[in-house]
Amino acid sequence: MFEGYPILSFITFAPLVVGVLLMVISKISKPEAQEQLAKNSVLVALLVSGVVFFLSIILVLDFDTTQAGFQFVEDTPWLGGGIEYRMGVDGISILFILLTAFLTPLCIFASQTSIKDRVLEYMVAFLILESLVIGVFCALDLVLFYLFFEAVLIPMFIIIGVWGGKNRVYASYKFFLYTLFGSVLMLAAIIYIYNFSAQQFGAPTTDMRVLINDLDIPGGVQTWLWLAFFASFAVKMPMWPVHTWLPDAHVEAPTAGSVILAGILLKLGGYGFLRFSLPLFPNASLQLAPIIYWLSVIAIIYTSLVAYRQKDMKKLIAYSSVAHMGFVTLGIFAFNLQGIQGGIFQMLSHGVVSGALFFLVGVVYDRMHTREIAFYGGLVSKMPVYAAFFLLFTMANVGLPGTSGFVGEILSMVGAYQVSPWIAFGAAFGMILSAVYALYLYREIIFGESVNEKLEDIADMTKREWIILTPLAVLTILLGVYPSLITDITGASVENLIANFNAATSQVALAEVP
Amino acid sequence: MYHLIVFLPLLGAALAGLMGTRLGKQFLPEKPSMIITTGLLFVAAILSWVSLIQVGLGHKELEVTVLRWMDVGGLQANWAFKIDTLTAVMLVVVNSVSSLVHLYSWGYMEDDEYKPRFFAYLSLFTFAMLMLVTSDNFIQLFFGWEGVGLASYLLIGYYYKKPSANAAAIKAFVTNRVGDVGLALGVMTIFLVFGSVEFDTVFAAIGDNSARILPFLGMEINAMELIAMLLFIGAMGKSAQFILHVWLPDAMEGPTPVSALIHAATMVTAGVFLVCRAHPIYDAAPITAGFITAIGAFTAFFAATVALVQNDIKRVIAYSTCSQLGYMFFAAGVGAYNAAMFHLFTHAFFKALLFLCAGSVIHALHHEQDMRRMGGIRKKVPWTYIAMIIGTLAITGIGIPGTSIGFAGFFSKDAIIEAAYTGSGESNAAAFAFWVGLIAALMTSFYSWRLIFMTFHGKFRGDHHTLDHAHESPWVMRLPLVLLSIGAVFAGAVFYSRFMGNAGDFWHGALPVSAGEHHAAIAPETLHAMAQVPAADAHHSEPTPGGLFGWLYANVHGYPFWVLLLPLVMSITGFVIAWFMYMRGSVEEKINHIQETGGGVLYNFLLNKWYIDELYNVTVVKLVKFLGDKFWKVGDEKIIDGYGPNGVAKFASGAAKRLSKIQTGYLYHYAFIMLLGVAVLIVVAFRGVGG
Repeated sequence: MFEGYPILSFITFAPLVVGVLLMVISKISKPEAQEQLAKNSVLVALLVSGVVFFLSIILVLDFDTTQAGFQFVEDTPWLGGGIEYRMGVDGISILFILLTAFLTPLCIFASQTSIKDRVLEYMVAFLILESLVIGVFCALDLVLFYLFFEAVLIPMFIIIGVWGGKNRVYASYKFFLYTLFGSVLMLAAIIYIYNFSAQQFGAPTTDMRVLINDLDIPGGVQTWLWLAFFASFAVKMPMWPVHTWLPDAHVEAPTAGSVILAGILLKLGGYGFLRFSLPLFPNASLQLAPIIYWLSVIAIIYTSLVAYRQKDMKKLIAYSSVAHMGFVTLGIFAFNLQGIQGGIFQMLSHGVVSGALFFLVGVVYDRMHTREIAFYGGLVSKMPVYAAFFLLFTMANVGLPGTSGFVGEILSMVGAYQVSPWIAFGAAFGMILSAVYALYLYREIIFGESVNEKLEDIADMTKREWIILTPLAVLTILLGVYPSLITDITGASVENLIANFNAATSQVALAEVP
Repeated sequence: MYHLIVFLPLLGAALAGLMGTRLGKQFLPEKPSMIITTGLLFVAAILSWVSLIQVGLGHKELEVTVLRWMDVGGLQANWAFKIDTLTAVMLVVVNSVSSLVHLYSWGYMEDDEYKPRFFAYLSLFTFAMLMLVTSDNFIQLFFGWEGVGLASYLLIGYYYKKPSANAAAIKAFVTNRVGDVGLALGVMTIFLVFGSVEFDTVFAAIGDNSARILPFLGMEINAMELIAMLLFIGAMGKSAQFILHVWLPDAMEGPTPVSALIHAATMVTAGVFLVCRAHPIYDAAPITAGFITAIGAFTAFFAATVALVQNDIKRVIAYSTCSQLGYMFFAAGVGAYNAAMFHLFTHAFFKALLFLCAGSVIHALHHEQDMRRMGGIRKKVPWTYIAMIIGTLAITGIGIPGTSIGFAGFFSKDAIIEAAYTGSGESNAAAFAFWVGLIAALMTSFYSWRLIFMTFHGKFRGDHHTLDHAHESPWVMRLPLVLLSIGAVFAGAVFYSRFMGNAGDFWHGALPVSAGEHHAAIAPETLHAMAQVPAADAHHSEPTPGGLFGWLYANVHGYPFWVLLLPLVMSITGFVIAWFMYMRGSVEEKINHIQETGGGVLYNFLLNKWYIDELYNVTVVKLVKFLGDKFWKVGDEKIIDGYGPNGVAKFASGAAKRLSKIQTGYLYHYAFIMLLGVAVLIVVAFRGVGG
């Protein structure tokens, strides 16, 4: 359908271009017109992100699920020296594009009423953010990837720093510091790979298709490079103990910022592991996997316990995100079909579920301007619809079968179990603890007598909130009942990934045996 | 047909839940919601009986695939129904009780504000339970397993304004989750060993894998034992077996129809169903089977002791349920799966009956549940009184040994005790179960009759206002009582020979039928004739002394007669003790005496349920809170942040100044400079290296 058209470039850059245009027009227009423009900017942003969403659906429908390789590939000269503009998607990345394109319009729609000042800039920031995130998932060139990957931080940083809460400066600073630490190391590793490719192939290249298939890095070096990439991805995940930026960032971010942060940005780390760590450094991945296992299990138990003691709704959900990401890393580093499929599924599912949960927090925050758990209580009497939605997503967060949360959790645990029962056993504790903190939250805010006078007149969900949460709810159940929607698309690419991984790791094993 | 049986309740739940409640507009008013859910359930119940006849007698086993579900590598699990006799029996139990409970709730929940919500939950529960029992693989079973947990959570916490109801709901869900973790790990182990989670594939491959040794948490364990044990941990949670039983008594916070449906007849028996469904695995895991026998027997004993002294009418029945589930488990543990299922089947009728009767009493007395403030109301609620007597006769197992005359519990409980007796030659656990089962039978009888006497006999001990307003329940509540009474009377006699394998091939391979005959088959024999029979049967090697008590050792269908007689003796003894304590003695005096003296150590030990809740509170609950706080305040804030980002900030002098700049609107500049810097850096670096 898209043959000959640079569809990936279009969906990647359309939001960016429109965003920049908006900014420019606003700067050159008169103050009166600016106000009008700010109002209209929401519609423009909705339109653009809607078109991108529509196109990405068609993209997925057009995607050939039997093929493991990259599709819709674009390859044009760019910086030279082996660094070119290369785009393409496979089964692993395409659904993340869809997720991004799906969540962004919802975020924009939700922000229309909750953001009061600098609306235009806010919309521009979101459009740019969408572009950059889609770019990360499309990029097939190491340098291009790195550019997108790091640039994503900037709009996010701005969204928290400008439209955030009271402590936004501390939060955005912390966010920045952590990620900077990872980026620097990753950059160094990329430069090394660039040099190394020149040695191996005669000419340097950053073409990921070549690197993934043919790059042959010796064992000791693999370990160092793996660690450098790990530093960056672990922060993004975030894995324990580099997770403390997340709760702060969430608490300070505006609702839509939290949704994007939890829904999409947290997936960059997992995607990075899948796209780079496993294919480029298979032996190091295998050797260092125990580190991942232990950090993941610690994350699952530790952050679940911390979540249980939180007083702030957003912090609780943020900590629970860290725990859920623990399942992702466990699954990915199980190196088997169930594990990796489970990891991907868990990421997508978490994108929907935690996104919805942050929206739900936003619903009451918009009304009462507090996220303190103790402030609320007995909401079910006043807001039955809200309570029903909250229940659905709470149960998905707990991983109840029939919701999308279950599929990801059980698959990644099945994957991990095949590696070591210990790990699955540790992770299984997370199943109990997630019930503890999630039901605690639900009881405190939804059930009980309504004790707070201020809650007397709280209104139930508006049309807008219905429109935002309904698709998320439908998706949560649909994916829980018919997960093949996802696993069929990712299947071929994941199988290919595992086949290559096994070939690479067994080669070394063979070489070691004289 | 099976689509209808399973999905009609879901349809009802969806209609009542989405249209009938106040989500958005209320499209369905109360009455239609109730009619729809109840009506659909009755259709499903009738179809279930049809299916039992088709499958149990006509052997029309079926496998129906509904939809593809998970399909990742070898891990394939479909939404599918596997219909054999085991499933058909469960369908009958679930749908019959559920439909009657729906009807009963018309009366019981009369004054409730949110009826459609209640009925939607009930139907949702039924659907989840049906998915559980019809599953053809372990993953769908897990779906049903957690689904009933959710419905149970919602219904226990139905009175959401009551803090105790909320606490009980959470406790139920979390305790069940502990068990679920065992079940989940069990399923994973199954997948690891067999490469499949489908029942048929797994059970067919047991022979090839029965000697496999797996490493698990630093131990080397036989694969079958490991799987069996993990699955059983799940069963312990759901079926409230000792150490994971704590949620069940608290679950009585839910409305009484819920207690009858979920916490007596259906959901709590899911564990027993699981063990029976996975019986090929348990047959290959003798050590775990012994463990199940022991746990089951101990629970039967433990819960019965607690039930002796409880004052809340529902709690007595709740502990009674716990105890009866123990019976089912030790039957399954000794390999008498059909006896376990039989007791599950009869228990569903008489225990649901008892709960609904209790509900009727509570309804009559304006939500009074404390038996200390009841008494002498049998004239006010004659239907309830008679129904409760029938239920009690059924649970205490009244019948004539050696014949096919008796109430439902007589057949099933005796079948279990006999199975334990048979097994006691080979395993100590079975011998333990046999004797404990007998003692528990005595206690069962005592607390059941105590309940009757305290509630219906003597003088009324509440305030007179309540008594004046006490009234018999409306027909929607009485009809279920009547129907369940019929079940409690006849379910045993009618189905005995089929369940126990004496007539026809009822199970058709769904469950093994233990070898040997059983008593009370069809032809009753007179005591006299039995005494004449010389005990030449080499099956049991008891010496058979002649003389006066020779008939006690006479062999009746493979068992010495005393084994058949003893449960009845125990039951009558319990009745007599209760009679003397609560009919001849004054209940008022007892209550006052306990209030004055405090009741003594043993009494308090039992009243406080062996202090197990307290034990959990000071250990597990405290530990979780302590760790949560420490990880947060010390781990995250002091150590990670303190030495991480905050430490860096302090270290870098002037950081504060730079920060203040960000605050004053330089953010854009700052960010774009950063981007620019990175871009330049990259270009320079690569050009330099590459070019």
